[in-house]
Amino acid sequence: MADVTQAGDAATVPKADPILRLCDVEKQFGGIRAVAACSFEIGRGTITGLIGPNGAGKSTLFNIISGFIAPTSGRILLDEDEITGLAPHVLFARGLVRTFQIPQEFQQLTVLDNLMLVPAGRSGESIVSSWFRWARVCDEETGIRDRAEEVLEFLQLTRLRDEFAGNLSGGQKKLLELGRTMMTDARLVLLDEPGAGVNPTLMKRLVADIRRLNRERGYTFCIIEHDMDLIAALCDPVIVMAEGAVLTAGSMAEIRRDPRVIEAYFGGSGQARGTRA
Amino acid sequence: MDLFELFTFVVFFLSLVGIYGVLALGLNVQWGLTGLFNIGIAGFFAIGAYTSAILTTADSPGYVGGFGLPMAVGLLVGILLSGTIALLIGLITLNLREDYLAIATIGIAEIIRLVLKNEEWLTNGVRGIAGIPRPFAGWFDDPTGVTNLLVVALALVVVYAALERGRQSPWGRVMRAIREREIAVMAAGKNTVRFRLESFVLGSAIMGLAGGLYAHFFGFVSPEAFDPMYTTFLIWVMLIAGGSGNNRGALLGALVIWTIWAGTEYLTNAFAPPEYLTRAATVRMFLVGLLLEIILLTRPQGLLPESQFVTRREERRRRRSDISDGK
Amino acid sequence: MVLEIIQLTVYGIVLGSIISLGAIGLSLLYGILRFAHFAHGDVMTVGAYLALAGVTGLGLPIWAASALAVGGGVGLAVLIDQTLYRRLRRTAPVILLIASVGIALILRSLVQFVWGPDTQVYTQELQMPVRLLGIRLKPTQLQIVAGAVILVVILHLFLTRTRTGKAMRAMADNPELARIVGIDTELVVVWTWVIGAALAVAAGIFLGMDTRLQPTMGWHILLPVFAAAILGGIGKPYGAIVGGMVVGIASELSTMVFPPVYKPAVAFALMVVMLLVRPTGLFGAPR
Ligand SMILES: Nc1ncnc2c1ncn2[C@@H]1O[C@H](COP(=O)(O)OP(=O)(O)O)[C@@H](O)[C@H]1O
Ligand SMILES: [Mg+2]
Repeated sequence: MADVTQAGDAATVPKADPILRLCDVEKQFGGIRAVAACSFEIGRGTITGLIGPNGAGKSTLFNIISGFIAPTSGRILLDEDEITGLAPHVLFARGLVRTFQIPQEFQQLTVLDNLMLVPAGRSGESIVSSWFRWARVCDEETGIRDRAEEVLEFLQLTRLRDEFAGNLSGGQKKLLELGRTMMTDARLVLLDEPGAGVNPTLMKRLVADIRRLNRERGYTFCIIEHDMDLIAALCDPVIVMAEGAVLTAGSMAEIRRDPRVIEAYFGGSGQARGTRA
Repeated sequence: MDLFELFTFVVFFLSLVGIYGVLALGLNVQWGLTGLFNIGIAGFFAIGAYTSAILTTADSPGYVGGFGLPMAVGLLVGILLSGTIALLIGLITLNLREDYLAIATIGIAEIIRLVLKNEEWLTNGVRGIAGIPRPFAGWFDDPTGVTNLLVVALALVVVYAALERGRQSPWGRVMRAIREREIAVMAAGKNTVRFRLESFVLGSAIMGLAGGLYAHFFGFVSPEAFDPMYTTFLIWVMLIAGGSGNNRGALLGALVIWTIWAGTEYLTNAFAPPEYLTRAATVRMFLVGLLLEIILLTRPQGLLPESQFVTRREERRRRRSDISDGK
Repeated sequence: MVLEIIQLTVYGIVLGSIISLGAIGLSLLYGILRFAHFAHGDVMTVGAYLALAGVTGLGLPIWAASALAVGGGVGLAVLIDQTLYRRLRRTAPVILLIASVGIALILRSLVQFVWGPDTQVYTQELQMPVRLLGIRLKPTQLQIVAGAVILVVILHLFLTRTRTGKAMRAMADNPELARIVGIDTELVVVWTWVIGAALAVAAGIFLGMDTRLQPTMGWHILLPVFAAAILGGIGKPYGAIVGGMVVGIASELSTMVFPPVYKPAVAFALMVVMLLVRPTGLFGAPR
């Protein structure tokens, strides 16, 4: 089904098979235009980078794609189906999963519970079946626990299993955020600055983990990141945003040479982080 | 004779503690578990009580009645009706700011109070409804009301067990997570509005059950008994004092606060001069309010704080089955 | 028929004046402290009874007693805020909600303790209604509307001409922004209590003049006051005035169809419709 591409599209679109497509997405907050006429595609199976100076509208765009805020105008297509304005839990069920720039862990739940919360479509989430089908609920929980323990193993967080998530370091919380996306059969994962606050050792592991998930499980990633080393190591293509709009897109090498990108980073607010780009 | 009186008193006292315990458990689902603010408890309590009263009493001139249905039917319909009203309120307010729910619950309780007082054809107005059958009345003689206590105790045990099960299930985990960070629960693919709606409806239905138990316990209901002062506030103080989020805390709070409330009433009735009796009641109310503020300032977690772990139960079961599998 | 509608509308304006005065304070407090102050109705009650003490106890004329009551009510509100609410401000806003419910209870039982549960009046004198073009109107009702207009004008001058007033409006609209801009938030909070309590006391006295005094009077008018604040949009004092008028007039007009005891239900229905259609209020941005 996925490879039935329409002839018209094939002519204009270089990438054969986009999983996500944005058409003229726009978002106004009062007078502020956070996102302006944004159009781009994310190819299936890619690890796409999304970079740009602070305030470029990247996080807002993630919020729009994942259904947390409604765009002022424009359309979003997931697998050629319109998903604009759908609620986050509906999009989650379609395999669209996200993390937050500021980790949103459940501080008063254990690391294990943080993961076990995620999987959907089980009977235990109805209180009625916890009354009348307790054995089945427990069986399902056991399965989910096994999966959560696998994820912890994968992220090398097993020894923190019973720690309250509030006690983790910033980098560990970032890993936990990533772990939550692994608790479900995601297809498109949006990571908002997964590397922020992560120390170099953890960072190496994060890069390896993302690549492995991409290869072994076929996740498509879209990653917002300020650390250009991480972007260079993982992402192709890279999309550059500035002032709410897409500035350019291409491979990392092309981006580095693009004078508009340098202008965007140094011209306006002069972001120090951009020097590595 | 003295012993008999004492026994009757203890039965009476425990029955009321049990009924308030059920109310406190209902509020604990909403507030303790999910963080939903309901200050219309008296309204749901009244719906349960009046529904069961109207459905189970014999015919009487002046207002609707004469259905003479069994008590179980009365209780069930009362539960369903309060749950349905909660569903309607929840659908309107639960996707808005949290305080709007609180305001809406005041509104609905106020309207219910007005209906009870003014719709004589339905509720017999301020005169109230009398002759509500006691549980198993006519089966045998029960001068102390101990059968009633047993019925209340049974209801309490069932509600407690059901809520504990729910709290320790994945459902309970989602509830706690919603209270902490709703946005992350949404990102985990949960329809948080649905979860909150479930909790609100469940809690209100339990309050309806408490109302039915109350009606059959006293055999008489009138609007005065459902004054927000005497139910809503007392229940709130019970839950906060006992420990919101902890079902055992809710029950302990019901016991402690009701002992204080009824005990001081007994003392003032015994020792205060009659002309000061109504004033004494307001002093007690004042003190309950003060107690609430002191608890909020000094021990907001209550006597029995909420337990931190949610997955223990399932884990215990698994260990047990591991052992029985010979691992 | 037309005359009846006009008559009821006039009554509605009287009731709306009372509700508006309560709703302005509630709306400002809600906007600035981010919590619904459930004791607001009982602050009205306390104010009404303080004025009663001035009238019957000290033999003062009602206006002098009112001034005294405003002073007392404001002092009480600031005291409660500084001793209780301020300590709870760091916790979740709903804890403040519970605390305010407790305060409502405390204030009401105090009133009932001091003045007893029975209804009381400021004056036994019979009010002779005046007739204006076929509309009946009691002198107290004229006084209520005039008093409310004067208070609103003073409020308007305060909000638009003074630094504190401007800061208050900014903060009610967007507290985070106001904090960044460098507004002394604690000072604004205290001023909000002063304004809110003063208007609530006035509303309580007017309510007592219009009907009678009762320890539960404030609690029972709380619902219409909340409805008005929500109709007008939280944090918008001018919206609260319009909301109050809408609720007051609609409540009175409803008596043509429903028994008068259900006036609060009308307020509730208006609020529910508003929450369904446009939760941000009449003047808020659409959802
Ligand atoms: N909820 C909001 N209300 C008002 N303005 C917002 C909101 N969220 C983001 N913005 C504004 O939108 C712009 C883009 O923000 P954001 O998407 O967070 O940028 P980035 O993630 O690229 O750093 C910024 O100017 C920010 O101030
Ligand atoms: Mg960002």
